[in-house]
Amino acid sequence: MPLTGKPVKRPVPKGLLARSYLPSVIKGMWITLRHMFRPKVTMQYPEEKWTMPDRYRGLPALVRDEQQRVKCVACFLCQYVCPPKAIHIEAQQIGTGIEKGPKVFDINMLRCIMCGYCEEVCPEEAIFLTKEYQTVGQSRDGLIYHKDKLLEMGGIRPDSTHKWGPLERPRPADQVAATAPPPVGGTR
Amino acid sequence: MSDADRDLRDAEPWILTTRIADYIAWGRKNSLWPMPMGLACCAIEMMAVVAPRYDIARFGAEAMRFSPRQADMMIVAGTVVKKMAPAVKRIYDQMPEPKWVIAMGACASTGGMFRSYAVTQGVDELIPVDVYVPGCPPRPEALIEAVMQIQRLIDARARAARGAAPLEAPAAKAAAGK
Repeated sequence: MPLTGKPVKRPVPKGLLARSYLPSVIKGMWITLRHMFRPKVTMQYPEEKWTMPDRYRGLPALVRDEQQRVKCVACFLCQYVCPPKAIHIEAQQIGTGIEKGPKVFDINMLRCIMCGYCEEVCPEEAIFLTKEYQTVGQSRDGLIYHKDKLLEMGGIRPDSTHKWGPLERPRPADQVAATAPPPVGGTR
Repeated sequence: MSDADRDLRDAEPWILTTRIADYIAWGRKNSLWPMPMGLACCAIEMMAVVAPRYDIARFGAEAMRFSPRQADMMIVAGTVVKKMAPAVKRIYDQMPEPKWVIAMGACASTGGMFRSYAVTQGVDELIPVDVYVPGCPPRPEALIEAVMQIQRLIDARARAARGAAPLEAPAAKAAAGK
């Protein structure tokens, strides 16, 4: 089989001066010198940090709604969709008698690949990817995050759904403004 | 006051006293030479850590040694397939003591998304791992964080060896200050 493609020729410096390679050496040193007076590109990491864009995908976390209720209803969709099977859920009945809630919700952060499928698939907008990117750990067990830890990471994220609205007892407008209504069925 | 005493008094601000174990630990933690065990895409992020933007030279760990006999710290970056496992183990065995291991990324730490017969489910099945870094791949900052963790570990071990309390971590200090 004939050889295809044509190799490029090695450039040969012409002239005595060029063959001494002195111009090339000076040129290289000039570039080095020039860079000494340019702005430094190094980010002094522990002191200086990036501000992550809003859609950055870091470690996943669970969120609560404005009234401190866990949004997750233990539908197992995220566990089902998770490519590395990093999520482990056990469901339980909660006080309302209508919905389920998670009894156990573990995410193995060392399995997690931050793909965002869980956030994508969640019908309750209960799981989100945070901007956390600098976590390290000294043991495997330490990096399996349980429900409490995940809820603490996620914090409160209000949404427009107000799924629990019809379950709440209607009350005068002035009282609503003064006190936040207690969670239906207690805290999960 | 004798001349010797006077000399000692004059020299006092210029003398640094320490313990030999602390001095050795200080030297070790500030010249960690990594053995880059780049097996997959995490190795690209590892390269970024050595490059000017993140510049691991600020922590004295920029001298990547491709000979295990010159390395202190192995960074296992990537999927450890069963075929590569004996080589990883052998290279670790060839590194001189004391040595540390960072499992970088999901694959090296647990096998990640490769729940497969062909992939080692975590490099800690082969070699002892000191620091695990989650992420797929982790950001360069996370790897720097891991190197800093190793530095703290070296310090803590040196102090524990002589029965001293570990140094307070900067994060804990900052939290207490708030």
